[in-house]
Parts: sequence; structure tokens; C-alpha cells
Amino acid sequence: MRDIALTIEALSFAYGDKKVLDNLSFSVAAGECTVLLGPNGAGKSTLFSLITRLYDTRSGKIQLCGFDVKQQTCLALAKLGVVFQQTTLDLDLTVTQNLHYHAALHGMSRKLAGQRISEELERFAMAERAHEKVRQLNGGHKRRVEIARALLHKPSLLLLDEPTVGLDVPSRQAIVDYVHQLAQQQQMAILWASHLIDEIDSGDHLLILHKGQIKAKGTIPQVLAATQTDTIGKAFQQLTEGGAK
Amino acid sequence: MSGLHFWRAMWGIVGRELWRFIQQKERFISALVRPLVWLFVFAAGFRASLGLAIAPPYETYILYEVYITPGLIGMIQLFNGMQSSLTMVYDREMGSMRILLVSPLPRWFLLICKLIAGTAVSILQVYVFLGIAWFYDIQAPWQGYFYLLPALMLGGLMLGALGLLLSSFIRQLENFAGVMNFVIFPLFFMSTALYPLWKIQESSVLLYQLAHYNPFSQAVELIRFALYAQYNQFACFYTLGAFILFIIAAIIGYTPSKGMMLKKGRE
Repeated sequence: MRDIALTIEALSFAYGDKKVLDNLSFSVAAGECTVLLGPNGAGKSTLFSLITRLYDTRSGKIQLCGFDVKQQTCLALAKLGVVFQQTTLDLDLTVTQNLHYHAALHGMSRKLAGQRISEELERFAMAERAHEKVRQLNGGHKRRVEIARALLHKPSLLLLDEPTVGLDVPSRQAIVDYVHQLAQQQQMAILWASHLIDEIDSGDHLLILHKGQIKAKGTIPQVLAATQTDTIGKAFQQLTEGGAK
Repeated sequence: MSGLHFWRAMWGIVGRELWRFIQQKERFISALVRPLVWLFVFAAGFRASLGLAIAPPYETYILYEVYITPGLIGMIQLFNGMQSSLTMVYDREMGSMRILLVSPLPRWFLLICKLIAGTAVSILQVYVFLGIAWFYDIQAPWQGYFYLLPALMLGGLMLGALGLLLSSFIRQLENFAGVMNFVIFPLFFMSTALYPLWKIQESSVLLYQLAHYNPFSQAVELIRFALYAQYNQFACFYTLGAFILFIIAAIIGYTPSKGMMLKKGRE
């Protein structure tokens, strides 16, 4: 039995009277890549804001590696790496300065941070850009830096909120491949929000979210069987009533 | 989570803010030009029309430029406090604030680090300003420059906390201009920065009361006395009290379960 990195139980959320998440329950295990698929406005970003404690959980429970996000916020957040949809790098600082800043927030010593930064930049083939200002990087390279940053403190769960939006096909593919490697080789749990079906790998778990409700969850064969369809595209379309891309 | 973690995070945040400030040369220059224009132009122009009586901490008649200098130091800190909170709104809109808020540290600590960082930047600005003022013959006793440091820390923290509090209420960058007009100008003009309290009292008792209880006035008075190596207890306690009040309100404003973060809705 694999360790559970993320557990969500009976989670609901509303902006005023408008319910955006309705009684969600699911979990993500170590080494598992779960793709959270949903059309725009399905509630994916709200779910991420709740997991990262940017918003308060009023109804339901979120646990990261056994730590309750509301009660044991700091312990829970220490286990988490996040790549937001919008870039969150400081454009006026260099790649290394951005990464050192993140390492400091996670309490890493300068020496350890330096080692990890070199490792991650090497892995993403970004070592020679280390001292360039982020402003000078293209979209794909910025994304790589953001993923490298999210991995610096070796999190157990990596959250990615549509990280490939606006990227060209080779950059997208490189990120998709790399994230799947992380799950397989480092046993990292991944929760990847997307509305692009072609980013799904055959071994992934699927979570289809529509209008704040989970419409399907499980492995690809399980979802296909449940919807009696032969492709994810058709299953997605059926579950979201024509929202597939 | 160890004390070392807190220490490293604090230096990370303060270092980032100082580095950004040094890199943004326009911001550095404009932060200096504003008080220098007031000193060289406004104060010189008003020198003849505003007679000042001898009042503590001054022991002799002084020129208006000398009187206005602590007020301009306060102005630097006031603008800097507001600028820091403007950065917070910008960071939140641009997303880099999220990285700070999802780090494994208590939110109150992160906000206080932000405050310390902003205050450090303002202190840097003040000493450069005083260096230039020195050559303009505005010279305080040398001990005053040391006494000034704790006063600047407290003043900077109080004004920064006010900015932080405002930033927790502001949803978008565009709304900030209005707040600048409604907060900075009343705070600055209804204070002892430009004219002494007794002079205000001559014109209006209500204005005098407002100016007296304006926390910015008390921060300016704390700075004024400290620059002349004296301690103004009322100003110190009043500024400290205002700081505690503002920082508690700002922390509540930024707490997910209690404050404004929820009301901001979809970010």
C-alpha cells in the first residue's frame, strides 16, 4: 500500500451564494500522477487555493501527508510544492536569486540551497541561464524555473495548475514528460490541473471535475468503462456536456 | 520548525526587498527627490513667512528648513510604507505574493518580515537624505543620528503596518491611487510635519485635535526629538500603540479564516 500524500474529504466551497466546489472526496498516493481535468470554471483553481491554504476550508477536510491543512498549516505546507497557473517569479531578479529566495522561505541553509539549485537547474538544462534575469527568459524556460523551484525542498506532493498554458508544443511535451518521470522515479505524488486531454499519460489517474462536482475518478480504463466510451475525449465530453478541447 | 528557519526566512525576505530597491534606481532617486524638493524649494520659499518660536527639542530660534526636516523624514517613511503595501497589492495581482503565503511559516511572521524589509528600505533612504541635508547646513548633534535609528524603526514599522492594513482591503492596483489621496495627504497635512501644533491651534482647535492624535504626527515628533538626542515618551508610546493596533488588524485582514482574503474571491 502506497503512502497517501493528499486526502480530501467532503470538501465544499462557495463564493457567497455561489457554490464552486460541492462535496469533493479523493486522494492522491505517492508515485501517482493524478490529472484533474475540467473545463474553465470547473473549480480547479479554487481547489488549489484551498489546498495551499490561500482560502480557508470551511466545510470538509484537507490533509497533506497526514497533516491537516487548517490545523497544522506549516507542517502541511512544508510537504507541498506548487506551480501556479500565473507565473510567480520575480522578473527583476536572476534565476538563482529567485530560487535562493524560495529556499530561504523553506529554511534551507545557503550551502544546501546552492547544491539543490545546481542539481535542479542541471536537470532542467538551465544551468547556463542561472545568472540571467527572469525577465530575459522565454515562457518555457520560466516554467522550468518554476518547477525547479517547487522541487527545491523535495516536496511529497507537487501541485501544478495548468502549467503548460501558453507554451509551444515541444516545451509542453518536455514538461509533461518530466513530471511523469518525477512520479515514477522519485515516488512523488502529482496533482496536475489541466483542460488539455493530450497531456494525459496512459498510466495516469483521472479526476474529472465539472461545475464543482467530481464526475469521474480512477485509472483511465476505469473511467472509460464507467462512461462506456473508448477515448478520454469522448468520456470527458459526455461528462461535461460538450466542454472538451 | 526551528528558530533558524525563521531567521533564514526573514533574511531571505529582507534581502530580496533591499536588493529590489537597490536595483530599481528610479525608485531610489524619486524617493530622494520628493523630500529634497520640499526642502530646497518649499521650505526655502516659506522661510520668511513662517516665524517659529523656540519650542522643545530646539533650544534656539531655528530656520524653517530645520523644522521641516523631521517632517520630511516622516514623509519618506510614509511614502515608503504606502509603496511597500502597493508592492503587496502588485505582488498579489502578479502572483508572487502566493509564493510567500504558501511557504511553511505562520502568516503573521511573513507579514512582519515584509514590514521589517520595508522599514529597512526606508531607513536607508532617510540616512541618504540626511547626508544630503548635512551639506545644506541642516546638521543635528552627532548623537542624534544614532538616537534616530530606533525612532526610525518604530516609525517605519507603524507606517508600514498601516500600509499593510490598507493593502489587505485593496482588491486591485487601480484602487490604490484613491487610497493614496485619501490617506497620505490627510495624514501628512494634518500633522506636525510642516507646522507646529500651537500654530495649527491658532487657526482651528478641531484641526489641532486631529493633528495631535494623528499617529503620523507622533511618529514625526518621535523622530524630531530623537534627531536632537532627546526622548519624547508620549510620541514613543503613541506610535508603538498605533503600530500594535495596525499590525493586529493587518494580520487579521490577511488571515484566511477571518479576514479579507476570502472576500477577494477569485484571484
